[in-house]
Amino acid sequence: MQGFIAVYLRELLILKYRFKRVLAGMAVSPLLYLIVFGYALGRSIQFGEHSYLEFLIPGLIAMASMTQAFSIATDINVARFYWNIFEEFQAAPISNLAYVTGEVLAGITRALLAVLVILLLSLPFGVVLSLGPLFWLAVLCNCFVFASLAVGLAMLVKSHADQSLLTNFIITPMAFLGGTFFPVDKLPEWSQILLAFLPLTHASSAIRASALGQPVQALDYLILVVTGALFFWLALHSVNQARD
Amino acid sequence: MIRIEALQKTYGATQALAGIDLSVEAGELFAFLGPNGAGKTTTIRILTGLTRKGSGRVVLAGHDIETEPLVVKRLCGLVPQHINLDSELTVTENLDIHGRLFGMDATRRRTRIFELLSYVEMEDRKNSLVKQLSGGLKRRLMIARALMHEPRILFLDEPTVGLDAAIRRRIWALIKRVQQDGTTIFLTTHYIEEAEFLSGRVAFLDQGRIVAVDTPRAFIEQQGQWAMDLINGEGMQTRYFATRDKATASTAGQEAGYTLRRVNLEDAFLALTGKKVR
Repeated sequence: MQGFIAVYLRELLILKYRFKRVLAGMAVSPLLYLIVFGYALGRSIQFGEHSYLEFLIPGLIAMASMTQAFSIATDINVARFYWNIFEEFQAAPISNLAYVTGEVLAGITRALLAVLVILLLSLPFGVVLSLGPLFWLAVLCNCFVFASLAVGLAMLVKSHADQSLLTNFIITPMAFLGGTFFPVDKLPEWSQILLAFLPLTHASSAIRASALGQPVQALDYLILVVTGALFFWLALHSVNQARD
Repeated sequence: MIRIEALQKTYGATQALAGIDLSVEAGELFAFLGPNGAGKTTTIRILTGLTRKGSGRVVLAGHDIETEPLVVKRLCGLVPQHINLDSELTVTENLDIHGRLFGMDATRRRTRIFELLSYVEMEDRKNSLVKQLSGGLKRRLMIARALMHEPRILFLDEPTVGLDAAIRRRIWALIKRVQQDGTTIFLTTHYIEEAEFLSGRVAFLDQGRIVAVDTPRAFIEQQGQWAMDLINGEGMQTRYFATRDKATASTAGQEAGYTLRRVNLEDAFLALTGKKVR
């Protein structure tokens, strides 16, 4: 495992130098969603005893933790295709496990930062969520799933353009369909079955239930852990593919 | 120190290396000279674990690169052709991350960074961001980074490409110093002067094959010490002479323009392969 701290520390140092820009970037989309969907459009919508804002914020947390964890793929690809820094890791005596662990931790760190930004942004809207251990466990699982997927795909793609395509075809549709902005159970049954295959659907469900103090479903957590483990395995076995 | 046997590599239908056999002794400064696309970078990438070999065997300091990749990587330092420093980090941070990747403890890292910055004369830039450095300073930092974990073999892939003459000579002096300190150096270049000035032995590489291996002096002596480039209606022809006097004497009655110069490795390469290095 020697070296995973070096990989992680490098990403943290880069994050430190870009901190203000990264924070601003993390705040823009959630703030717009909160104002447009939550405050302007959603004021008259109720979900049982909860307002639409209370429904929306856990969904935004699920979505932002997914997109920020997955964004480590972009950083890896910039390092790989533009700056050639990936060669420094390839030439070092570190295992694939150390490299993947370092990058996945970096993705998780960015995602947690994004979650904190959303929680801070939601304060002025007067929404109080229950941020207990089950909430943080669901968030962590979601970050782990998408950071692992990001590292795996970043190793498999052959160009930065391919990476953008993956984001457009995997992450963007999931962000809107994974139970973030609307309850999945309002959709036709066939689409509910389809959406049950998306990890974000289970992340939204677990994060929302725990944040609103409702009973959580163990199956959501189990699916996230299993999916995360599969993606981590994919990442481990994809590192060698990045060599010529 | 470096033993390569029947090394082959293909990229699709293109054969990058067509069976290379080579041996480099400990402490030697060995140069791979050849035109772009000859297979120089592919060789270095395979030796340092960046590229998978097709077939053949590579043993570095007694360790096979295929069966003991992590041990081999610990023994090697690499300065790639392109700048691959973390431009958003400082000079010290770049060296520190490298030290951590190679498992160096905090005390050793601190000491080594201090030593190396002095070695490459960059003490005053230790807290500078890499993106603020000039091309020459970045090259020096890359050499320092490759030496951070005290490798026994240093691989330099076109270490002075894109640098002006004065900075190139400074880098050469640094490379010589590294070799004098006991490190085996494997260098690729397409600069004739670089191979002549630095290397103890040179291998000519063309189309993935080693054409010849010898000392720069031996290659030059095979051609003769002096060369005359004659420019006439048919283009340029070169004649070789053992002495300057013989070369000068041959110019009597010569109407076409000519240039008299010392023979260099380019002449030897041209004689053996029929093409120029650059």
